[in-house]
Amino acid sequence: MNVEDIKKDFPLLENREITYLDNGATAQKPIQVIKAIEEFYEKSNANPHRGAYELSIEATEEYESTRAKIAKFINAKHSEEIIFSKNATESLNLIAYSYGMDNLKKDDEVVISIMEHHSNLVPWQKITKATGSKLKYMYINEDFELSDEEIKNKITDKTKIVGITHVSNVLGTINPVKKIIQYAHEKGAIVIVDASQSIPHMKIDVQDLDADFLVFSGHKMLAPLGIGVLYGKKEILDKMTPFLMGGDMIEYVYEQETTFAPLPNKFEAGTQNVEGVIGLGAAIDYIENIGYNKIHDLESEVVSYARQELSKLDYLTLYLTPNVQNHCSVISFNIKGVHPHDVASILDSEKVCIRAGNHCAQPLLRSLGIDSTCRASFCFYNTKEDVDNLVKALNKTYRMFKKYINK
Amino acid sequence: MENLNDVYNELIMEHSMNSYNKKKLDKCDLCKMGKNPNCGDEIEIELKLDGNKIQDIGFTGHGCAISQASTSIMIDTLKGKTIEEAREIIKTFIEMIKREITDEEELKKLEDAIAFRNISNMPARVKCALLAWHTIEDMLKEQNNNKQK
Repeated sequence: MNVEDIKKDFPLLENREITYLDNGATAQKPIQVIKAIEEFYEKSNANPHRGAYELSIEATEEYESTRAKIAKFINAKHSEEIIFSKNATESLNLIAYSYGMDNLKKDDEVVISIMEHHSNLVPWQKITKATGSKLKYMYINEDFELSDEEIKNKITDKTKIVGITHVSNVLGTINPVKKIIQYAHEKGAIVIVDASQSIPHMKIDVQDLDADFLVFSGHKMLAPLGIGVLYGKKEILDKMTPFLMGGDMIEYVYEQETTFAPLPNKFEAGTQNVEGVIGLGAAIDYIENIGYNKIHDLESEVVSYARQELSKLDYLTLYLTPNVQNHCSVISFNIKGVHPHDVASILDSEKVCIRAGNHCAQPLLRSLGIDSTCRASFCFYNTKEDVDNLVKALNKTYRMFKKYINK
Repeated sequence: MENLNDVYNELIMEHSMNSYNKKKLDKCDLCKMGKNPNCGDEIEIELKLDGNKIQDIGFTGHGCAISQASTSIMIDTLKGKTIEEAREIIKTFIEMIKREITDEEELKKLEDAIAFRNISNMPARVKCALLAWHTIEDMLKEQNNNKQK
């Protein structure tokens, strides 16, 4: 299977003549995912868990079998450890409001990295303020990585919760999550892994990592928008109080009291995004069909080429670890003296789609002394030609601005 | 995009990179900060009045070429005008960007700021072009409210 064959599975890439390098924001969808959703509405649509008729039972089966598929995909021990949500943000809020609110006490500490997305940062500001606990940060070194020393300095006996992104959505740095989890467990803290930027690119094994919680969004891994996953260890989820209240998450409701359903329904209030779940199932089939090994080979060839070609442009500042083995998919850069939004607009005129801005990581960018960056992020369907288009468009941008910069 | 050079033209580029209007005033009567948290653009506009007339305006801060140039060109256009004239020009500029006014005669009062008329071809950048104008619009509104108090 070569890239050209793979590209044919993605109707948008066939229909639009663009160089799509904003996969960190959202990935394009293969026809198999689009068809799975179509087929669900044409053949199986009903509200799961509600009806006693065949169609509803079928919808329930599809919904629940996808849960089992996801459990297997990330090697969870039990199917009910997979909770469906709207996205990684909602999964993280669920953990913060349920686990965080109930377990944090005055003077406890929550430790997160400075490279967290706002979704794994802002909820902790709220919860630590509400519980009188403290929010502490692990900062990065000159290689844009977390050092062992920093990890050990910040995670202490006072730490109760550690939040860590597996791959930074700005820097592409792969964090040593397994090591962090091991150390945090020694100190008696639980660890939440944000796998939103890693799961499209690498095999996740929650048991091998020994993660207590792990979250991701479907749409960055070829699935539809609006579906996300929360994985949590059963023994932890069982003890947690529900986050959203309503239909399907209850056992008995009395006028003043309610008993709640067991896992996973306890955390899935209201009618769920069944088409999203079906689409996510199809996305997993698609990824498994290509295989993470092949995905890794395809991506590392293109990303290495991008690293090499972008490094040749002396007008660029790159925010990139020199350690290739610690880097994945995302490359942030700036043209010295030119604002990223201008760069993105001019790249857009060359049909090159990148993201420019703070990437929902303002504290990280502030710590780097900048407001924003340009960000190119890759998927296995990208090619070296895409990198060449990016470089050509950057050269054009630089030519346009050159005579005005620092005159 | 065919109209890239209409937007990133000589005038806008010059103003965006090396503006003589980028300065702190010794003394100012009105001052307001404008921001676009989404892009991190922040500009502070200071304004000095001579009676009802705008004697001087300066700006500081950072942002993209469009927001910086729009601020600088706005200052060129509004300097020396009365507050009422300035209000009218600001209104016209905002309506031009929204494509509510296209009449050449009406747009003449914008002077160089007419250079931004094609920004609506780049919807993602409209807010950059409007940042300074909305900031000064609010500044004059607040001044008016304070006067009435």
